[in-house]
Amino acid sequence: MTGHRLFWPIAALVALLLVDLAVKPSFFSVELRDGHLYGSLVDILRLGAPLILVGIGMTLVVATRGIDLSVGSVVAISGALACLHLSGLGDQNSVGGTLVAVAMALGLCLALGAWNGFLVAVLGIQPIIATLILMVAGRGIAQLITDGQIITITSGPFRAIGSGYLLTLPLSILIALVVFVLTSVLVRRSALGLLIEAVGGNPEASRLSGLRSGRLIWLVYVFGGLCAGVAGLMISANTSGADANHAGLWIELDAILALTIGGTQLTGGRFSLGGTVIGALLIQTLTTTVYTLGIPDTATLLVKAMVVLLVCLVQSPAFRAKVRRRRKSPPPAPADRPVKVEVSA
Amino acid sequence: MTEPEAILRMTGIRKEFPGVVALDDVDFRMFPGEVHALMGENGAGKSTLIKTLTGVHGIDAGTIELGGSAVSFAGPPEAQRAGVSTVYQEVNLCPNLSVAENIFIGREPRRFGRIHWAGMRRRAEVLLGALDLRLDVSAGLGSQSIAVQQMVAIARALDVSARVLVLDEPTSSLDAGEVEQLLKVLRSLREDGMAILFVSHFIDQVFAIADRMTVLRNGKLVGEYRTSDITPVELVTRMIGKELEVLDDLEESAHDRSDLAAAPVFLQADGLSRKGAVAPFSLEIRQGEVVGLAGLLGSGRTELARLLFGADHSDSGTLTVDGAVVPMRTPRAGMDHRIAFSPEDRKTEGLVGELTVRENIVLALQAARGWSRPLSRKRQDELAARYVAALDIRPTSPETLVRNLSGGNQQKVLLARWLITEPRLLILDEPTRGIDIGAKTEIQRLVAKLSGDGMAVLFISAELEEVLRLSHRVTVLRDRKVVAQLDNESLTADEIMSIIAEGSSA
Ligand SMILES: Nc1ncnc2c1ncn2[C@@H]1O[C@H](COP(=O)(O)OP(=O)(O)OP(=O)(O)O)[C@@H](O)[C@H]1O
Ligand SMILES: [Mg+2]
Repeated sequence: MTGHRLFWPIAALVALLLVDLAVKPSFFSVELRDGHLYGSLVDILRLGAPLILVGIGMTLVVATRGIDLSVGSVVAISGALACLHLSGLGDQNSVGGTLVAVAMALGLCLALGAWNGFLVAVLGIQPIIATLILMVAGRGIAQLITDGQIITITSGPFRAIGSGYLLTLPLSILIALVVFVLTSVLVRRSALGLLIEAVGGNPEASRLSGLRSGRLIWLVYVFGGLCAGVAGLMISANTSGADANHAGLWIELDAILALTIGGTQLTGGRFSLGGTVIGALLIQTLTTTVYTLGIPDTATLLVKAMVVLLVCLVQSPAFRAKVRRRRKSPPPAPADRPVKVEVSA
Repeated sequence: MTEPEAILRMTGIRKEFPGVVALDDVDFRMFPGEVHALMGENGAGKSTLIKTLTGVHGIDAGTIELGGSAVSFAGPPEAQRAGVSTVYQEVNLCPNLSVAENIFIGREPRRFGRIHWAGMRRRAEVLLGALDLRLDVSAGLGSQSIAVQQMVAIARALDVSARVLVLDEPTSSLDAGEVEQLLKVLRSLREDGMAILFVSHFIDQVFAIADRMTVLRNGKLVGEYRTSDITPVELVTRMIGKELEVLDDLEESAHDRSDLAAAPVFLQADGLSRKGAVAPFSLEIRQGEVVGLAGLLGSGRTELARLLFGADHSDSGTLTVDGAVVPMRTPRAGMDHRIAFSPEDRKTEGLVGELTVRENIVLALQAARGWSRPLSRKRQDELAARYVAALDIRPTSPETLVRNLSGGNQQKVLLARWLITEPRLLILDEPTRGIDIGAKTEIQRLVAKLSGDGMAVLFISAELEEVLRLSHRVTVLRDRKVVAQLDNESLTADEIMSIIAEGSSA
C-alpha cells in the first residue's frame, strides 16, 4: 500500500488535517447556512481552487519537459484586464458586460500562452528562459493595465466567480472540479496523455516515431495560460479588485511544488493530474494549519518549507533506499570492507 | 589440478524485482588471468548479475567476495575504486562532453591543481589508439556513432588499473575489424593477470576469447564450463534449454530474386546527399526486395538510411516514392509514405523508458493517427499481446516498463512498434543488436517472410554474414560514399570485405 504513488502525499494531507482537528475540534464541522456550505474544509477547497487550476496547467507543461514561470504574471494580467473593463462599465452588475470582461481576460491569456509556446516550440528557446521573459514583463504589463493602482470593482456577477455559490458549493470549487474532470477525461480518453508523456520521456524517440511534438508543446503552454487566466479571475473576484503587484505572486512555485508532491517529475514524462490536486490541497491545508496553530507570521514560511521537505524526502527513492538498507541488514563486519587497492590515475 | 585462488567469488546470489526473480541462487567465480564469458538468452540475468556485483542493485541473498574478503559496494564508483572496472550494456556517457572528457570524467589528469587539458587529450588518443581508433578526441561524444561511443566506454574502463574488468556486450555494435582489435587488447590484459568478464551473443567471439564460461537460464545457474570441454552446439543447447533450429531453409529462398526484377520500384534516390553525412548516392528498392547496407563504422550507413526516412533532410538530390518525387523533410513525411525506421540507438532514439511495453509498441501507430483518434485500449492490448508473443518478449506482461526490460527484449519492442504500422519499406538499423541467437534467427526469418509478402526492407548490420543471408542486393559504403551495389547471388563476406578495404567500385 505504501507503494502507491499517492500514498505519502495523501498521508501527509490526512496528518495535517488531524493536527488541525486536535487543535480545533470544530475543524471538520461543515454547516449549511442559507443553502451554502461553510466550514474550514470548504475554505481549504475554495482558497485552493486557483492553485489547483494553475497546477493542472503546469502539470501538462512539465510533462513535456517544460516549465512555465510566467503563470503568476498571467494571473495578475487576467485579473487586471477584467477589472479594468468592469470599472469602465456604467452598470457593473450587467451580466453581458461581465462576460465581455471575462472573455477579454481569457482571450489575452490564451494569447500569452501562445507566445510562450511559440518561443519554446518554434524558436526552441529553453522553457525556463522563454517563460522567464513573460514572468518579468507580465507583471509590468499588469501594472500598465491598472496604471499602478489597485482597481476595485463592485460587480456582483464577477464577484460570484470567487465567492458565489451553486448547489450549496462555492462556485470556485466547482470550476476547479470541472476543469480537473474535463482535462483528465480529455487527456486520458484521447491519445493526448500518451503523446505528451512520450514527448517528455524521450523527445528524439518521439520525433522519430512521427510525433508532431511542436504542436503538442504549443498546445500545453496555451492551456497553461488559460488555466492561469481562470485562476486570475478567481483571485481578483475573491478580493473584489485587481492588485497587479501581488495577485498570483509566487503561485508558479507553489504549482511546481504541488505537482512534484503529486508525483510528476520535473524531468518530464509520466504525469498525474490527481496527484497535482492532492499536492495543491496539501499546500493550501498547510497554510491553513499554520494559521490554525497560531504560528507567528515570521515563522510561517519556515514551517511550510519543513513540511514540504519532509514530504519530498519520503517520496525520494534514493532516500527511501538508504533508510531501507540501513534498517534491513547491517553490513557484515566493518573489518570486511573492501581492501584498498592502488588506483594509479 | 589445483586452481589458483579466485579473485571474485559470488555465492548464492538472489535478486528479485517486483514480480520477477532475476537471479535465483547463482554462483559465479573468476580467476586472475582469464577471460570468463557469461552466457544466456535475453533476460537470463547477465546484466543483473553484473549490476549486483558493482552495487547498482543490492542483493536479496548471497555473498560477494573480492580478493578473499566480503564486499558490498554501495555503487559503481566504490566498485571502481576497489578495482572492478565496468562497461555497462547501455552506454552511459555524457553526450554533451568531448570524447576525451568522457574517458577521464571524475579522474581528470591534473597539473598544478588544474585540469591538464593537453595531457588529457594526448592520453585519450593513446588509449583509443590501443583500440585502433583514431578520431578527434575534442569532438563532442553525442555526434559520434553508437559504435564509437561503445569504444570510448571501453577505453574509459581500460584506463583504470583494475583487477577485474567487466564488459557487458561490448561488441554488440562493432564490426569485425574492431572486434578483432578489442579481442587483441583483452588478450594482452589477460597476460597481465587481469580477470575479464565478457558478455556477448556472438558464439564465435566467445569461443575465440573465453577460457571459461558460465551459463544462466531464466535467472538460474546452468553450469560453469571450460571452453575446451564444450562445443558451440552444446553451449547453445544449455543456454536455450533445447536444440537450436537452423536457418538453412532461409538461405535457399532469400536469394531468389527472379520474380523481383518484375516488381515495381517502391523508392528511388537520385543523387541524394547531406553534407558531412553521406556523399551523393543513388539507390532503388523494389517491393519485396531486401537491400543490405554494408560498410565499416562511420562509413555512412546510418546517415544514408536517415535521409530515406526524413530523420535528417538532404542537401541535394531527389527521392521518388511510387514514381512520384516527394519531399522528405521530417520523419512524419517518411511515415506518411509508409516508411518505417528502427534506429540503432534504442535508448536515446528509440524507446521511451518510463512508458510501458504496450505504450511503446503503439506509439508510432498512434502518432500517425493523431491524438484525436486514439486506439482503443482493447486494440492496444491485442496488438501488444500479439507482438509480445510473436517476438517472444519477456517478461510477457505488456504493462512492464520498458526500462526494466533486458537489452535484447527492448530491441524487440522497438521492432514491434514499427511492424504494427505495416510499412511498405522497413528500414532496420542494427535490428539484431544485443539479441540472442534464438531470437536473432526468429527476426531474420520474419524479415524474409515480410519481404516475401511484398514489403521492401533496408537492412543494416555490422555483421556481414547476417546481411548476406537476408539481402537480395548489397550496397557497400566506404568513407560516406556508396562504392558498390552488388546482386547477392553468391557473394561472400570476404568479397565484401575486400571491396570495403580497396574502395573500388565493382
Ligand atoms: N530494474 C529492473 N526492474 C525490474 N525488472 C528488471 C530490472 N532489471 C532487469 N529486470 C528483469 O530481470 C531479468 C534479467 O534481466 P537482465 O537485464 O539481467 O538480462 P540479460 O541477461 O542481461 O539480457 P540481455 O541479453 O537481453 O541483455 C529480465 O526479466 C528483466 O526484465
Ligand atoms: Mg543484458
